[in-house]
Amino acid sequence: MPSQKDSYEELVKGLWRENPVFIQLLGLCPALAVTNSAINALAMGAATTFVLVGSSLLVSSLRNLIPKQVRITTFIIVIATFVTVADFTLQALAPVVHKELGAFIALIVVNCLILGRQEAFASRNSTRVAVADAAGMAAGFAFALFLLGCIREILGSGSLFGVSLFGPNFEPWVIMILPPGGFLTLGLLLGLFAWVKERRLRASQAVGGAPAERRAA
Amino acid sequence: MMVTLGIAGLCSGLAIVGIYLVTQPMIERNRAEALEAAIYRVLEGAKTRVALVLREGKLARFESPDGSLPKEEAVYAGYDEAGALVGFAVPAEGPGFQDTIKLLYGYNAERKRVVGMEVLESRETPGLGDKIIKDMNFVGNFRDLAVEPAIAAVKGGRSGENEVDAISGATISSVAVCNIINASNSRWLDRLADAEGVAAAGNGSSPDAAVSDGTGSGGID
Repeated sequence: MPSQKDSYEELVKGLWRENPVFIQLLGLCPALAVTNSAINALAMGAATTFVLVGSSLLVSSLRNLIPKQVRITTFIIVIATFVTVADFTLQALAPVVHKELGAFIALIVVNCLILGRQEAFASRNSTRVAVADAAGMAAGFAFALFLLGCIREILGSGSLFGVSLFGPNFEPWVIMILPPGGFLTLGLLLGLFAWVKERRLRASQAVGGAPAERRAA
Repeated sequence: MMVTLGIAGLCSGLAIVGIYLVTQPMIERNRAEALEAAIYRVLEGAKTRVALVLREGKLARFESPDGSLPKEEAVYAGYDEAGALVGFAVPAEGPGFQDTIKLLYGYNAERKRVVGMEVLESRETPGLGDKIIKDMNFVGNFRDLAVEPAIAAVKGGRSGENEVDAISGATISSVAVCNIINASNSRWLDRLADAEGVAAAGNGSSPDAAVSDGTGSGGID
């Protein structure tokens, strides 16, 4: 039964084992576009977290009232409302960040991660489990964005959170804060994680097949 | 089904109106601050400014007790340290590639030239259209640009004094910026020429009408 699922398990799976960016490869558009600095990545992560958790909460608590035929439409209305709220709030409280993120705040509506969680999880599970799942996924997404943002800002601008790290003699790799830098960083990280995963799998196979199968499941 | 959708739409509408009412005053204040800062950037050398608003078809000084910007449509005259007129900062807006582009440009009525341009708000395509803000080569076109004949966006380098080098991959956005300025010019230029007297006269005589940017860094780019 879905309601008996362990909400702690649902919370942590999004952080690493089913990380939306590194494992599921969802939501790559913002993950590549706005991670040219750590602060932008954090703001995007925070806005996505708000929308994802809010939408999952609402969708899972209303899941028995929404007719199957119009569920996608209803999810989109719910998501779009939360995105508009996030958009206005950022515009009012952090105009500089809002200007930097630009159209990508509005584009959270079409982030496949969010609609995907509503359709695949929140609409079929109890509120408690759905919110745990959403929070975990959002945290995993924010973590992935933050990691990309830190790497790209350190290499591309020689700074972190706008604080210069290497002094005036550092020659920044400008390509890292440009779009190709996003692809390079993401590609190298994906390769690194796949390599680590494979090594672990081999190591556990050498000891005995059973634990590896459990991890892969 | 229809009932569900109706209710969802209604709730969504109410939520959006609610957040709009709460955040709008703050957004307005942020915009005014951004506009204030942009005035000193598009008018290089300006240290103080006076708002001019339309009164019976003519530009007149806008006097406000606390130095705030007028809510109605206005242009801004910028003055240097000696109190001499540097030029006018004109807000303008028009359709871009995706949504309305709002910008502010500096205009020198004496030399009939655009002397600076800054996009205040836009939702152009990230990475392509948003170069109208970020591409300093493009923005630099507006540092010294003749307004007669009308400003034109061209490809492959500017040759005339009224030409702007369009951004490749963002032609529509580039042309949009030029069109916005042209449309605004045809609306304002005659009035600005008339208003030169209003703006130049008496900046010294009523110093409280001119508001300093306070930081002293205005106009330095």
